[in-house]
Amino acid sequence: MTAPVIHIERLHKNYETAAGSVPVLKGIDLSINAGEFVAIMGPSGSGKSTFMNILGCLDEPTTGRYLLNGSDVRSLNGDALARLRNQVIGFVFQGFNLLPRADLASNVALPLLYCNEKKHARLMRAHAMLDRVGLGQHASAHPNEISGGQQQRVAIARALINHPKLILADEPTGNLDTKTGDEIMSLFKQLNQEDGITIVLVTHEPDIALYAHRLVKFVDGLITYDGAVMAAHT
Amino acid sequence: MNIQMLVEAWLAMGANKLRTFLTMLGMMIGVGAVVLMLAIGQGAQYVVDQSIASMGSNLFIILSGSTTSGGMRMGSGASPSLTVADADALAELPDIAAVAPASPDSAQVVYGASNWSTRIYGTTSAYLEVRDWHLSAGTPFTDSDVRAATRVALLGQTVVDNLFGDENPVNKTIRIKQSPYLVVGVLAAKGQSLDGRDQDDTILVPITTAQRKLFGNQFQGAVRFIMAQARSADVMDAAERSMNELLRQRHHIPPGGDDDFSIRNLTALANTAADATRAMSAMLGAIASISLLVGGIGIMNIMLVSVTERTREIGIRIAIGARQKDILLQFLLEAIIISIAGCTVGVVLGIAGAIIINQMADTAVVITGSSVIMAFMVASAVGIFFGFYPARKAARLKPIDALRYQ
Repeated sequence: MTAPVIHIERLHKNYETAAGSVPVLKGIDLSINAGEFVAIMGPSGSGKSTFMNILGCLDEPTTGRYLLNGSDVRSLNGDALARLRNQVIGFVFQGFNLLPRADLASNVALPLLYCNEKKHARLMRAHAMLDRVGLGQHASAHPNEISGGQQQRVAIARALINHPKLILADEPTGNLDTKTGDEIMSLFKQLNQEDGITIVLVTHEPDIALYAHRLVKFVDGLITYDGAVMAAHT
Repeated sequence: MNIQMLVEAWLAMGANKLRTFLTMLGMMIGVGAVVLMLAIGQGAQYVVDQSIASMGSNLFIILSGSTTSGGMRMGSGASPSLTVADADALAELPDIAAVAPASPDSAQVVYGASNWSTRIYGTTSAYLEVRDWHLSAGTPFTDSDVRAATRVALLGQTVVDNLFGDENPVNKTIRIKQSPYLVVGVLAAKGQSLDGRDQDDTILVPITTAQRKLFGNQFQGAVRFIMAQARSADVMDAAERSMNELLRQRHHIPPGGDDDFSIRNLTALANTAADATRAMSAMLGAIASISLLVGGIGIMNIMLVSVTERTREIGIRIAIGARQKDILLQFLLEAIIISIAGCTVGVVLGIAGAIIINQMADTAVVITGSSVIMAFMVASAVGIFFGFYPARKAARLKPIDALRYQ
């Protein structure tokens, strides 16, 4: 058994509002090993998006322990967290979140800008990654010139550019039609099986969750199910 | 720093060209105004400095006192209390380097078919030394010319231009009040005095000639004023005191009696004028700096809008690994590029404006490298200063808030 990529103990998250402290996550324990493909499901407001943000070091827990890749994120400063996001984690968002002004190659190369890669090498790697997701011939197009599915492929290429251990995908197929969604999921499956990248994916759609090996269900800030994916459970 | 960062900043600015231009415009006007005002201020200062340099250094002028006639006071110089003998006595004082008595009067001067009215100074050869005045042609008149009251003259450049044109005046004969005078030399051009008079519109003749032959003199040996030069700037006060003492003694003024002469420290007056010009020049610069400040606030304003508009972009960048300092640098670079580009155009506009003013209004302007460099550095500093707050605001955004921003 390899060491867990993600190890979480008694994690709580409260949001401070004018009306007082609102608990969103109420004690989460979860361990995800390298090479796993985990789907997270749950109704709106169950805390799964907040959980993903904490996993991605975009938000911090109120209490509890979170070890990412063996290091406690609480002990890391802002630069170290930025480094984790840059080197260890790849994000894929529902809304793609590409930079509209930059062409596809520049979008894919963007994370390399923050790890001092030379310009030539950046573009070489970006083109190679675009080829990998089947968009090599569109390198100089802009995001508004391609379809939603293609945009999500570009976002995945951007997430992959620094060879992350972990991909965090927040409803990556939420804005796509079923066919395109299936294509994107096949790509994730391939990344998980061939490259051994750990994938954690939030989704509403049972069909999408079936691509994963493990299902985690959130209800009202707590995990209510953690086990194998079966059609019955989704 | 990374070249790509510059490219990114450039692209961001290109995305909203009109807004970028308007932001730059504030900077352009600010820097243009500073460069222009400094050019005008330094031009004025240059004119004053030239006048001061042309006056001679460590200079006193001693005027004869006033008279009272039937209850009417006649003003300085009305009483012929100063004499050539006073001047000779003053020259013996240890702190005094040179002394020249002078009796000016106006007369019509004729050469061939040309004539010209000018101010004629009867003086001694020491006058050239006291005023630090050189000859552009010929030789000065000598002490023996003064003793013998010979009819010789030194012409100022303006007089030469009006009487002789391009002709060489040396050894020509001019007529002053019908009498012939031999031109022995031409005074080098000095330009305007501090009060705006043309110092070159003048003729110097030996004082004896002026008193005995040209204008006559009611009181033998009386002069209108005496110019004296101290040995150095340090002894100006001591020289003034000793001259005062000597003249009171020579004029038999009892203790407590009023002086029948007045001593003025011209150098001190000139320095006051120079200080005033310097103050004016600084004030012009300060007023222009306000527009630079306003330009800087314009940059801050636009950068704040830009940060708000691009909150989501900032969130994306943070999510894929940008550090706070990367975001800070990105927005700071934009502010710096805007201010430096605006500044460059502003310097060009300022210089062009100065040249236009110089041509149209005939006002002296002086553009120094240091004033351009200073305007440039101040503008860059303003850009960095006013760009810093919005950039820091961007860098301190919480990633989760930035990503959620619609």
